[in-house]
Amino acid sequence: MNETELMDQPAANAPALDAGTQAIFVDYLLHLGDNGLILGQRLGEWCGHGPVLEEDIAMTNIALDLIGQARMLLTRAGEIEGAGRDEDALAYTRDALAFRNLLLVEQPNGDFALTMVRQFLFSAWSYELYRRLTASTDPGLAAIAAKAVKEAAYHRRHSGEWLIRLGDGTAESKRRAQDALDDLWIFTDEMFEAQPGDAALAAAGLIPEPSSLRPDWEAMVERVLAEATLTRPDPGFRREGGRTGRHSEYLGHILSELQFLQRAYPGAQW
Amino acid sequence: MTNVTGLQAGESAEEQAFQAKIDREERIEPKDWMPEGYRKTLVRQISQHAHSEIVGMLPEGNWVTRAPSLKRKAVLLAKIQDEAGHGLYLYSAAETLDASRDEMTEALHDGRAKYSSIFNYPTLSWADIGAIGWLVDGAAIVNQVALCRCSYGPYARAMERICKEESFHQRQGYEIMMVLAQGTPEQKEMAQDALNRWWGPALMMFGPHDSNSVHSSRNMAWKIKRRSNDDLRQQFIDMTVPQAEYLDLSIPDPDLTWNEETGHYEVGPIDWDEFERVVKGGGPVGRERIRDRRRAWEEGAWVREAALAHAEKRRQRKMQAAAE
Repeated sequence: MNETELMDQPAANAPALDAGTQAIFVDYLLHLGDNGLILGQRLGEWCGHGPVLEEDIAMTNIALDLIGQARMLLTRAGEIEGAGRDEDALAYTRDALAFRNLLLVEQPNGDFALTMVRQFLFSAWSYELYRRLTASTDPGLAAIAAKAVKEAAYHRRHSGEWLIRLGDGTAESKRRAQDALDDLWIFTDEMFEAQPGDAALAAAGLIPEPSSLRPDWEAMVERVLAEATLTRPDPGFRREGGRTGRHSEYLGHILSELQFLQRAYPGAQW
Repeated sequence: MTNVTGLQAGESAEEQAFQAKIDREERIEPKDWMPEGYRKTLVRQISQHAHSEIVGMLPEGNWVTRAPSLKRKAVLLAKIQDEAGHGLYLYSAAETLDASRDEMTEALHDGRAKYSSIFNYPTLSWADIGAIGWLVDGAAIVNQVALCRCSYGPYARAMERICKEESFHQRQGYEIMMVLAQGTPEQKEMAQDALNRWWGPALMMFGPHDSNSVHSSRNMAWKIKRRSNDDLRQQFIDMTVPQAEYLDLSIPDPDLTWNEETGHYEVGPIDWDEFERVVKGGGPVGRERIRDRRRAWEEGAWVREAALAHAEKRRQRKMQAAAE
């Protein structure tokens, strides 16, 4: 099934849900869509500034996959919500409080090590998530997940290979990779934290329990960190709040750039 | 003196055979004998072309985070990715002539190598992304279609592949302009302003007039160049003026006229002083472009070193394992 066919799917095939569950499910789809949108936006900042041409291509390619996922997920959220909001209305006219992405994906690019560690921690998680979402009782989400899981597998492999090269490269690259890991580790618990509505969505077979992804994610992360000779940071302070709209200071700046034209020329078509 | 066939009095048998092969429209391949001048000219031209793709990512990258819809953002990302890919195959084509990518990169960074000076102009509004696709990629296609018949095989083949993607970019650029031209008055003004700024530089992309072009005659004999600068420029003008009319935008040239007899549009004088200044002095943002490329390269040094160090460690471990 290609992207256009997915987007053209009528909301008619939406699962029958009571109004409360439906609203929670829309929020969950925004969570997935916003993850792709914000991380894609961050990777887009690298365009033309990568450490080597092949990485410019790879990072742009990953950004493109993530923006593609965001488009399908936001479209699906809009269809199920049924209030007439399309992908652009959702991406360009919500304020930070209504964004549902993980705090991890909005963190600044930093150096190449930070960008790759962020990508790996995220993609190892999104791979496990999309793998399970291929069995979602929402056929729209299941179809999106079938495409996204293949992309996440490539993103995970690409960033994981870089973690190994950097960790097991030079003293400087190891220090930078370890610093990046130490900086970002506090954002990882959020990926497995359930929100109050998640149990109902899981019970309806729409999504997996967030905590159920943890063992597979841990196994992958442990394997790559071992090969990279990097040390798993101690569980310290944890940062969370993305799914309830409590973001880091960075999101407002990301949105001011992302939404600039739509805000400056309200209602214009592009 | 070089005559029209490129043969010179006292040429060696190798040189004569080389020229005869070109005259028979056969392609020169990397392992074939070639005159040093041919090799050097190609390395200069192909690397310049590769650098243009790479530097060209910067003015477009400037709008990735601000693209006005998710579809436009995805299309722009895909375009920039294609350009990086074009840079990669062009560097590979130059490598078949014994030029190393690191040396070519260094020549770009220290100002010895040139790139298309059009990228030394800034992208000030979203319409510039449309204008670059429409005019800059449009001009590039006219040049590149001619290069698909270049005598050097790897370059000609790289061009065939690049041309297909460029024509897609050109259509997307034109489509951006169309939406703006048919949009709100502010959007139309944005489109007209972009055309006003990019038209002159786009005409200059074809290089100086034939009468002032230093490399032309020899490159024509070698079939590195198949058509003259002025010929290609005229084709671009004839193709683009009606497209602007269709958009209801004005070409910023009060002297532009249609010549019924020749069947061509005629443009007013091109500002060659500006061209010289931009080529030599970098133009409005030339210094920034090179500074950005150099910075990316310098800041990425530790990444490239790490990749090499890791590859070496793996190689040693493999050898050790094999020895045990």
